[in-house]
Amino acid sequence: MSSAREEILGNIRRVLKDRPANLVQDSRKQVVPARGQLPHVDQIALFIKEIERVNATTARVGRLADVPEAIAAFLAANNLPSEVRTGRDQVMRVIPWSDHSAITVNQGVAQPTDQASVTSAFAGVAETGSLALISGPDSPTSLNYLPDNHIVVLRAGQIVGSYEEVWQQLREKMGEDWPRAVNWITGPSRTADIEQELLLGAHGPRRLHVVLVDEEAE
Amino acid sequence: MKPTSDVFINNSREALVNDTLQEALAKLAQGFPLKRFNAVSRLAEFDDLRDAARDIKTDVLNNLDSYLEKFEAQVIKQGGKVHWARTADEACKIIVGLCEDAGARTVTKSKSMIGEEIALNESLEDAGIVPVETDLGEYIIQLRKEPPSHIIAPAIHLTIEQVADTFKEAHQDYPADRALTEPRVLLDEARQVLRQRFIDADVGITGANMLVAETGSIVVVTNEGNADLTMTLPKVHIAVASLEKIVPTLEDATTLMRVLARSATGQDMSVYTTLATGPKRDEDQDGPEAFHIVLLDNGRTDMLGGDFHEMLRCIRCGACLNHCPIYKSVGGHAYGWVYSGPMGAVLMPNLLGIGKTGDLPNASTLCGKCEEICPVRIPLPDMLRQWRTRQFDAAVTSSKSHFGLKVWAYMVKRPLLYRFFVSFMLSNLRKFGRKGRFNWLPFAKGWTQVRDFPAPEGQSFIHQYLMSQKRKR
Repeated sequence: MSSAREEILGNIRRVLKDRPANLVQDSRKQVVPARGQLPHVDQIALFIKEIERVNATTARVGRLADVPEAIAAFLAANNLPSEVRTGRDQVMRVIPWSDHSAITVNQGVAQPTDQASVTSAFAGVAETGSLALISGPDSPTSLNYLPDNHIVVLRAGQIVGSYEEVWQQLREKMGEDWPRAVNWITGPSRTADIEQELLLGAHGPRRLHVVLVDEEAE
Repeated sequence: MKPTSDVFINNSREALVNDTLQEALAKLAQGFPLKRFNAVSRLAEFDDLRDAARDIKTDVLNNLDSYLEKFEAQVIKQGGKVHWARTADEACKIIVGLCEDAGARTVTKSKSMIGEEIALNESLEDAGIVPVETDLGEYIIQLRKEPPSHIIAPAIHLTIEQVADTFKEAHQDYPADRALTEPRVLLDEARQVLRQRFIDADVGITGANMLVAETGSIVVVTNEGNADLTMTLPKVHIAVASLEKIVPTLEDATTLMRVLARSATGQDMSVYTTLATGPKRDEDQDGPEAFHIVLLDNGRTDMLGGDFHEMLRCIRCGACLNHCPIYKSVGGHAYGWVYSGPMGAVLMPNLLGIGKTGDLPNASTLCGKCEEICPVRIPLPDMLRQWRTRQFDAAVTSSKSHFGLKVWAYMVKRPLLYRFFVSFMLSNLRKFGRKGRFNWLPFAKGWTQVRDFPAPEGQSFIHQYLMSQKRKR
């Protein structure tokens, strides 16, 4: 095994021994589209516009306490049972689920029979209406992919202009405890593999619903 | 899969008279280029991003050894394992070995062009392991035992009727008389069949759109979510990628993401872009227990530093296929292997040898559209020309065309002789071509067999140009 490694690296070094001085590396520039570089209130508006453009739906509430009601409304509007699977992360723990006894809340990894999941996002990016979700002990990745309906709770303060800002936050907050998965999600699952006809719900969720919370975390 | 690139001309002939294929290609020609155009029009910085994307890849290729070592060290630090493979064979052996160690009976796969290049499914089957492709298009062609006809839309050559027939044959548990006329119904059936496969699989195999040296992560992009189910549910995740997929930092990955989806499908961002780093952490409730990366060379280091060095910048978006008049006429299967279009016509001679792929670099009008739209600015037409030059130098072309090209080269290097010859020919053709066309000409059977050769009218371009210059004076 290691001989393949040595041979491959050896080949590369032999070919590149006359490599040019590293001008490219030093002169490279990061191009951040101006589209997302706006005052925060406009970033929120752009985020909503962009994520709806890619077939997600949104609801906006004032406080985390209002989240269960928004979720109940989404489930009812789509004729879904009042049952969700969630993680146990900080946001999920703060949401007062018990005030809304109509919704049954199960915790843990997604099961094949689950119809809807609720997860919290690490960030939202205005540029393209993309969500960043991270895996962790209290936020299993399967919740983002297995159920037919994926509901994401995002606080307005988590919306930023560009992906670069999210990477920087991740480095600062996660550092050595880098998460196994960072899932960028931009709309519900789709395919155009049959005669280029766009269809939602290929293998992942058929619906993506974002509940945007204006208040900051308590 | 055994390449049939050596009979490209035959393949093309068949493709041109295949009505269902032509119908599918007409749809492709309307779809992808327009979607790309719209997405690019929405982003003022797109051309700057292309420059930045090109520079990232240039940096990567200039320092490939150090980025690979950095990547490897980070993967190990995060608890993953890195395997190096010189050839397709070595890569297959490693992957089959890992599957056997895991006691795997079935493995789910998300579409990987490297998987196609190394014919991984055949190796798995030979070892008694059942590979299940999960990308809808790739699943369809797996059932039909066909290679992909497009690097991002593998079943683009098929009509809905053909997919319906395939499903009726493969899904015997379903009623034989069910109606399969709507794409939605076909998708739901595939979703249902594959859902259980995702849950049952022992190992998940994915490719990688990028390898991030900074964090030791792989980046996998899909719209269906199949790659995420493939790499989250089974207890072992194996990713296979070629060496040049490396990028230095997360910001660099972002730049490539910004040009990839727009170039490929005309989306601003694909639905799912996943950065996967190592196996599940101790406290995690899901995710694979083991995370393996197989780094494949298979001819890449031979391309490094040579005439085709810049081809290694390719991010496999498929835009050059969608904009190529040849690809749009004959489709991907005519190219005879897993790659196609301009990128395939440059890459395949590198991987398979020019001897068996000699027609591919000649199957181009050199219109330049591929270079014009390439997100990493690969000079594809120059490279196609380079292959033609090499063919000429090695005299692998037929002795007749070799002689013809030599005569032509002799003439064009002597302008006076060339002009004399052209005006001599023009006046003769005018004299004999009174009907305005020829249905027979010496040495031009290849042309006149299928269409008339128009008789020239007026003088040559250079003659007209010189006259107009004289008039100006």
